Amino acid sequence: MPDSLNPKVAPAAAIGEPVRFRGGGFTVKRHSWAALAAFALLIAVWEGASRLGLASPLFLPPPSAVGHALAGMVTDGSLWLNLKASLARIAVGWVMGTAGGMLVGFAMGIFSTARAVGVPLVSAFFPIPKIALLPLFILWFGIGEPSKFATIGFGVFFPTVIATYSAIDSVPRNLIRMAQSFGLPWRSILRSIVLPGALPGILAGFRITASIALILVVAAEMIGAEYGIGAFVLMAGNLMQTDTLLAGVLVLSLLGLAIGTVLSQLERRLLNWR
Amino acid sequence: MRLLVSDLTHRYDDLTVLDGIDLTLAEGEILAVIGPSGCGKSTLLGIAGGIVAPTSGSIRVEGEVPDGCLNPITFIFQDFALLPWRTVEDNIALVLEHHRLSTAERRERVDSGLRRMGLSEFRNALPKQLSGGMRQRVGIARALAVRPAMLLLDEPLSALDAQTRELLMDDFLELWRREKTTALYVTHNLDEALRLADRVCVLSRRPGRIRELVTIEEPRERRQEPSAQAHLAEVRDRLWHLMKAEAQMADREIARA
Repeated sequence: MPDSLNPKVAPAAAIGEPVRFRGGGFTVKRHSWAALAAFALLIAVWEGASRLGLASPLFLPPPSAVGHALAGMVTDGSLWLNLKASLARIAVGWVMGTAGGMLVGFAMGIFSTARAVGVPLVSAFFPIPKIALLPLFILWFGIGEPSKFATIGFGVFFPTVIATYSAIDSVPRNLIRMAQSFGLPWRSILRSIVLPGALPGILAGFRITASIALILVVAAEMIGAEYGIGAFVLMAGNLMQTDTLLAGVLVLSLLGLAIGTVLSQLERRLLNWR
Repeated sequence: MRLLVSDLTHRYDDLTVLDGIDLTLAEGEILAVIGPSGCGKSTLLGIAGGIVAPTSGSIRVEGEVPDGCLNPITFIFQDFALLPWRTVEDNIALVLEHHRLSTAERRERVDSGLRRMGLSEFRNALPKQLSGGMRQRVGIARALAVRPAMLLLDEPLSALDAQTRELLMDDFLELWRREKTTALYVTHNLDEALRLADRVCVLSRRPGRIRELVTIEEPRERRQEPSAQAHLAEVRDRLWHLMKAEAQMADREIARA
């Protein structure tokens, strides 16, 4: 090849020299302290800004004030009172939506007729922001708990349907053919192959629906509830108690984190075969 | 058990993959089916095993089913088809679950499969912890657990490396020495056909038709011996001659499609 066509690329080694290492980078390294340091820095800057008078403590109370407010919530019992109300709504709504969604999702995953009917319906209802239906649910079920359960349940239902039937679609066909070739009856195939094979997809759906439930419970409680973290945050805002408000937000963040951790544990336990 | 295939044709929509296949598989015979990619080898096997419905033609079995046989026609798969969430022993037990067996017999069927395939110490392992060769041994143990009358092997060694392939071929030879199970062995590897088969059926490129049926005269047990090599080389040449042209043309047709 003529030299003019040969681009100048540094060779791995000059003749007689050791081979130069050139395979570095493009990998992920663990920095266990970086995350902690970032949090510490953020809190320090925030606290500092407040102490130095750079931020008004009314509009952006310092972390110490938020911590103080949180401690107050613990001692006067308002934390547990409100958390209990929110948790109950999430639990009931999520379980209802998940049970219904899995039932319909399984039907759609297994029976073509159910799918033919279900897919267009799900596609039509899924994009509705479910909180928009709360006023209707209040008319139907009253201002109390049932309308909140319905909003959360409805919000959880559609993503669960989609996650479930997609999970069934992703069960390897070769395993089903294998089972058929050994004469396993339909019900055994469902129990021993389809169900465990769909589990990863269903659990991934839980992650999505848990966060949806958290959003919807706060929104529903802001529209009309005596207790609940959403109601608590709204009330604090109305009273200009921004430290209490942020303490409520912190509780929500920790709640989301806790739910995520529980789901991770569940996945690790149930999907150890992956 | 014998297998009789007559005038079998299979189409996927308007793509004909098998065209007028006539074939008889004798009791205890091992017939290798070779042919270029896409010639319908696996489809033929699927039809023989009742998991693909043929477009036309018939496929029948005759003969007696041995005692204790739970699934006369049994597959061994290229991709092993193991349930990743079940341990080795539970993967084998899967195919016994829907049969009425005593606990002792269930155990015995699983254990003897594990023992024969050298898997006893891996009985509680998950498939992800095993090498490819060990996974296929689980596939074989699972097939043996139902005491099959006929084995359908769909490129069982294609996903394995060359050394593992040799080892598993020895396992198959041992299996057939003891069991004499009739077998249809689909492969695109001439060495496997020459080591294991009594006859080799060469399929043409798509639509798959039988180009030729070649009998390997040398008995299986003697094929490693020097005296057998001349005959095997001759058969090999003949098979390769038949396959080469088909494979080349198939290659070009695929490139054009």
